[in-house]
Amino acid sequence: MSAPVKRLTTSAMIASFADADQRTNSVPFGHALARLADERPEIVGLSADLAKYTDMHVFRDAHPERFFQMGMAEQAMLGAAAGLAEVGLVPFASTYSVFATRRAYDFLCLDIAEPNLNVNVVGALPGLTTGYGPSHQATEDLAILRACPNLTIVDPCDSVDIEQAVPALADHPGPTYLRLLRGKVPTVLDEYDYRFELGRAASLRGGNDVVFISTGLMTMRALQAAERLQKDHVDVAVLHVPTIKPLDTDAILNAVRGDRLVVTCENHTRIGGLSEAVAATVAYAGIATRIVPAALPDEFLAAGALPTLHDRYGLSTDALCARVKKELS
Amino acid sequence: MTTTIIETKATRIAQAATRIRRSALLMGEVQGQGYIGQALGVADVLAVFYARDDGELRLRPDDPGWDGRDRFLLSIGHYAIALYAALAEAGTIPLEELETYGADESRLPMSGMASYTPGMEISGGSLGHGLGVACGMGLGLRHRGNPARVFNLLSDGELDEGSTWEAALACAHHRLSNVTAIVDVNGLQADGPTTGVLRTEPVTAKWEAFGWHAVRVDGNDVPALLAGVDEIRSHLDGPSVLICDTRIGRGVPFLETREKAHFMPVAEHEWQAARHALEGDRS
Repeated sequence: MSAPVKRLTTSAMIASFADADQRTNSVPFGHALARLADERPEIVGLSADLAKYTDMHVFRDAHPERFFQMGMAEQAMLGAAAGLAEVGLVPFASTYSVFATRRAYDFLCLDIAEPNLNVNVVGALPGLTTGYGPSHQATEDLAILRACPNLTIVDPCDSVDIEQAVPALADHPGPTYLRLLRGKVPTVLDEYDYRFELGRAASLRGGNDVVFISTGLMTMRALQAAERLQKDHVDVAVLHVPTIKPLDTDAILNAVRGDRLVVTCENHTRIGGLSEAVAATVAYAGIATRIVPAALPDEFLAAGALPTLHDRYGLSTDALCARVKKELS
Repeated sequence: MTTTIIETKATRIAQAATRIRRSALLMGEVQGQGYIGQALGVADVLAVFYARDDGELRLRPDDPGWDGRDRFLLSIGHYAIALYAALAEAGTIPLEELETYGADESRLPMSGMASYTPGMEISGGSLGHGLGVACGMGLGLRHRGNPARVFNLLSDGELDEGSTWEAALACAHHRLSNVTAIVDVNGLQADGPTTGVLRTEPVTAKWEAFGWHAVRVDGNDVPALLAGVDEIRSHLDGPSVLICDTRIGRGVPFLETREKAHFMPVAEHEWQAARHALEGDRS
């Protein structure tokens, strides 16, 4: 048999979503957690056989005596994280988002959230950040977790967001869920005079025609789309909403006032995530505004190369620009 | 005479295992990386089940949905590269289709999914799901008087998942002699050696304590595998488990000793060497 033809290799499980020429920061979560732990002896880390793939290995190597490997047993890991918190420690427990939510939800809910413990659940590969198929695509994690009382949910945009969120999550007395971007993570927000504040949205740029209300990595795409649309004389504002719960409703209500086109952007199914949270906020306030959701469809997504999938399912900058132009035409 | 016949079958299955390894290398080269080590390690086990004419599974390769078929559940979705090779060996997937492995729009995604691939019974990948489904299939087939058997290939890492043991209890409670678990014990998980991640030994004693008939063999020794399968076939009082000790990268010596073996990078120039090593090993 002869040697085969080389094809796309980007459908590897943990392919990067950074653009080729983009500034990135390597392993921001692992370094931020290790730095925090240097100062705070109560910080501990857990993993379910994915330390290397959730950037927890940096913490593990820096503080081996405070790292607990639980094996590929996500329910036991979240139960143990609750136990560590009960005896006075501040755990960060990491695995892939799918396993933290679909698999171990009962343990997250009853062991951690109900007693309102300071356990920080860190879910890697949120939304569509792997081309590995539905077993690893956590497209509905926000929908699952938004309904969980006491839980604070953070969907960071980039390495700046992650580095600043880690100490904030440790300081927050209740449970949190962090949608982790891992590996080489784009660095974007340092150009926007931005500081992460738990529970607060941030206006990154103003614009008269369109407002993107975006979260997670989609804020990066929203900023890119805003730049491109500027060249077509479309004036676009971007409101970044890194905390999904509790939601900064004041900022959202301010953003939707007026006659700008409102486009919500999220790396998540359009059901039960940011889009519906914004829609509910607006409707409950008695404001009649059309909201255009740029989000993943209500289906199990395909396996394939990540750029292909982001384009097909509407998360690429190209797709976002096309969506806005269609809505404005 | 009998010995001669068994040896002949073992030889034919070993040849099938080499074809499975060759196909796995082909797919690995297409992607440049992947779960090559596991595929090479488990090839002998898969050959015992999928070898053309000699395989343990009752299948109709051109009719993968035939109701009378034995079900083979791959709960370790990342071993899909190995099962695609086995399905090509069995004749369910055309050999030339293997070159589409992991490409956009392919029927052969990186992780095994039932909706994509003929012959793939379940969507694995999230571990610890296979044995529960096997339990239901075993109950249902028995209820319907269908003599088909159910096999679930799982990994030693999968023994970490509590759901595996819940299903093990249920299979034993219901005395499902039509269910066989096959555990690939290669001693390696995502974060490193199983002994360091979460110790699972003694594996045999655990299954026995859960009410299973356990047979442990060298998973790279075809005659031993055949003897193990024979023993399981004759055990009719409850579920059986075939515990197979395998070696990551088996058949390609320089991959067997590679340190980063869980998701193995193989350099471009190494594939040709790997193919040569493989052919040398079985020539």
